Amino acid sequence: MGTTRLIIVAVGGQGNLLASKVLGEAALLSDLPVRMSEIHGMAQRGGVVESALVFGDAESSIISDGEADVLVSFEPSEALRALNKCNIKTKVITSLSPVQPFTVAIGRGIYPEIDTMKKLLDEKTGGLISFDAVELAEKAGTVMSVNMVLLGALIQTGILPIPAENVKTAIQTTTKKAFVDINIKAFDLGFEAAQNAS
Amino acid sequence: MHKLLVDDPGKQLLLLGNEAIARGAIEAGVGFAASYPGTPSSEISLNLFQMSKESDLYYEYSINEKVSMEVTAAAANSGVRSLCIMKHVGLNVAADVLMTLAYIGVTGGMVILTADDPFMFSSQNEQDNRYYGKLAGLAVLEPSTVEEAKEMMTYAFDLSEELGEPVIFRTTTRINHSNAFVSFSEMKERKTKGEFIKDPMRCVTVPAVARGLHVKLLENLKKAEEIADKSELNRRSGKGSLGIICNGVSYGYVADGLKDLGITDKAEVLRIGFSNPLPKALVADFLKDKDRVLIVEEGEPFMEEAVKATAQENGLTLPIMGKSDELFSRLYEYDPSTVRGCIAKAFDIDYTESEVVDLTDVPEIPNRPPNLCAGCSHRAVFYEVNKAAKDMEMDIICPSDIGCYTLGFLPPLSTGDFVVCMGASSGTAAGFSTVNDKKVVSFVGDSTFFHSGISGLMNAVFNNHNFTYVILDNRITAMTGHQPNPGVDMEEMNFQGYNKIDIEEVVKALGVKHISVIKPFNSRKSIASIKEALDYKGVSVIIAKERCTLYAKSVKKLKGKPFQIVEDKCLNHRDCINELACPAFYLENDAVKINADMCVGCSICAQVCPENAILPVKTKE
Repeated sequence: MGTTRLIIVAVGGQGNLLASKVLGEAALLSDLPVRMSEIHGMAQRGGVVESALVFGDAESSIISDGEADVLVSFEPSEALRALNKCNIKTKVITSLSPVQPFTVAIGRGIYPEIDTMKKLLDEKTGGLISFDAVELAEKAGTVMSVNMVLLGALIQTGILPIPAENVKTAIQTTTKKAFVDINIKAFDLGFEAAQNAS
Repeated sequence: MHKLLVDDPGKQLLLLGNEAIARGAIEAGVGFAASYPGTPSSEISLNLFQMSKESDLYYEYSINEKVSMEVTAAAANSGVRSLCIMKHVGLNVAADVLMTLAYIGVTGGMVILTADDPFMFSSQNEQDNRYYGKLAGLAVLEPSTVEEAKEMMTYAFDLSEELGEPVIFRTTTRINHSNAFVSFSEMKERKTKGEFIKDPMRCVTVPAVARGLHVKLLENLKKAEEIADKSELNRRSGKGSLGIICNGVSYGYVADGLKDLGITDKAEVLRIGFSNPLPKALVADFLKDKDRVLIVEEGEPFMEEAVKATAQENGLTLPIMGKSDELFSRLYEYDPSTVRGCIAKAFDIDYTESEVVDLTDVPEIPNRPPNLCAGCSHRAVFYEVNKAAKDMEMDIICPSDIGCYTLGFLPPLSTGDFVVCMGASSGTAAGFSTVNDKKVVSFVGDSTFFHSGISGLMNAVFNNHNFTYVILDNRITAMTGHQPNPGVDMEEMNFQGYNKIDIEEVVKALGVKHISVIKPFNSRKSIASIKEALDYKGVSVIIAKERCTLYAKSVKKLKGKPFQIVEDKCLNHRDCINELACPAFYLENDAVKINADMCVGCSICAQVCPENAILPVKTKE
């Protein structure tokens, strides 16, 4: 069995940890070993939340710089910030809807142009799938389902040996009952978006 | 039923390390647990607290780590299996208990869990608490994975009873906050009542007794070493003339690294899970047929020094490598590639790293430093203190404390000049105010006040110090995830059987003569009260009472409506952004806007705006 290393980055409050949990549960259903590591604590205070998921045959639960096989980002500038985790073969999936860092509002930083970011992400890695996940999440029913949209896109690529059905089952068992239908719709929309993008 | 209470051996769940540890304690038959919350250990406490509400398990949030160890020590000395949980720096607070409890020992199993935080993800230092094992003369256990953390709990309780001593269970953040599949095992029967058998010659540490107890402790330590030598927690794997000795999460990085380097047939690994006292006989046997040995351990060269001493005692002169300028650092946490690189270097193995991305032409990305939440009352208080001091032309020194409000040190609030440890803002305020001519205004949270801030305040009253002590009473222990503290109304949280301590009454009883209680979202009144307090010679206390916004949101008690900036009134002074730095503000075409999804309507910016341009969003009827 090989090893697949996935980094998920997001801004606090975007539901990164829930997305990781859903993937972990789906891996359990797929008999795919997984070790996950997360950094939280400051998560609800607007910082960056990073999860590392190591699938398959490995003992480590964290991922060194340059060693991610896949990078999933819920926000474009965070994808760029996480480029240090990537190598020239890393597949990158990102939402294009910006969440402006507060430092920009107080004049301590300039938010990069979306097109610049897209170009850099595409050129430097093993390929970029990018789309507006917020728009799709709203279409599914709530902006809070951005995380599920991106899971859909990730599963579509087939990089992880996890069938879509298992992720949907995990969504049913792991996410709040009132949101299950929306979350599954969001997952499907993300899946389609990745299909169209590639 | 709580998922960790389910008696279903073989059941497999995806668990957070801290959940696995809590489950391990339940499987070990723990009957009593106590802690003061601290990241990265907080979820162990949370799960035990929840389980105590639906079983006969006793769990308490103690007011600090010292007290939590005291209550636990007494339960364990009455024959009940007891667990005491804390973050690494918490053990400093409890160290006074620890050092002499080691002399007394226990009659029921007692495990002291210390969650170390290499890299300081959420801590003020990265001290290596294995040294507490050495200092106190106690056994130290260290799991390498989430699954093992659960399994090791039963071992730890058994070991504690075998030795008649508390056992230190040391984790690091990457165990506490990692997830993995964990299989449930049998649950031992939980015993929650015991009997204390009086034994003054063991339990009353007057000098004459303690002299004898120290002898007993050293005998126990010797016995612990014999057990460690044969322990299944110290295991050898692989074969070869190269040797690696490692502990904790480093084991995983070593295992992956040896595979990546293709030298699994050239190196033997000794994984140390029972790390104090060092299993010297086992280590000597491991060293004797090796050409070179590398020690892989995050933090201090704890094992390295002991391994080198063991080699010397056995007349072995092979190179033993570990911490050095060329190899491993004593700083921060390790990761797979660092460990792989050091193994390759130490053993002269050729290895080409994968080609990383060239980042030279990537523009600088604006940072997202953690910030006080939108609508956090701390921000209002910090603004008001600054405003009051400015109006009075007063230059102030602001010692602060450990909690969300530490973030006030960032500009523009800049109300944190000295932060050292829990509770220190009252003690340090006394020192600063004595030798400086500036006014001192110090800050503490409600939970930290109860934890240990109260002692410094008592000291300040007795010694007649001169400073203003601001207690930011947001009615919860916010930073670590909203745990209760003695000031909290537990009935409101639907928990029965608790009492409540009123901070104002406490402060009054301590003899503070100038006390004011403010509502931070009423800016004008608050500033007036703060000015009076600053003017007072002696100890003045301000209690700023307002519920934590994040907590209020989670229990659906937020009443405020979002505000907006009325464009034709706004003259773009930006006092709102510049003075408050609330994360709900953003810029659009160089105009300030308020994110209505984030704004909770605290209205403090509306009170700051010179044009009255910030008004509530009109809701359509």
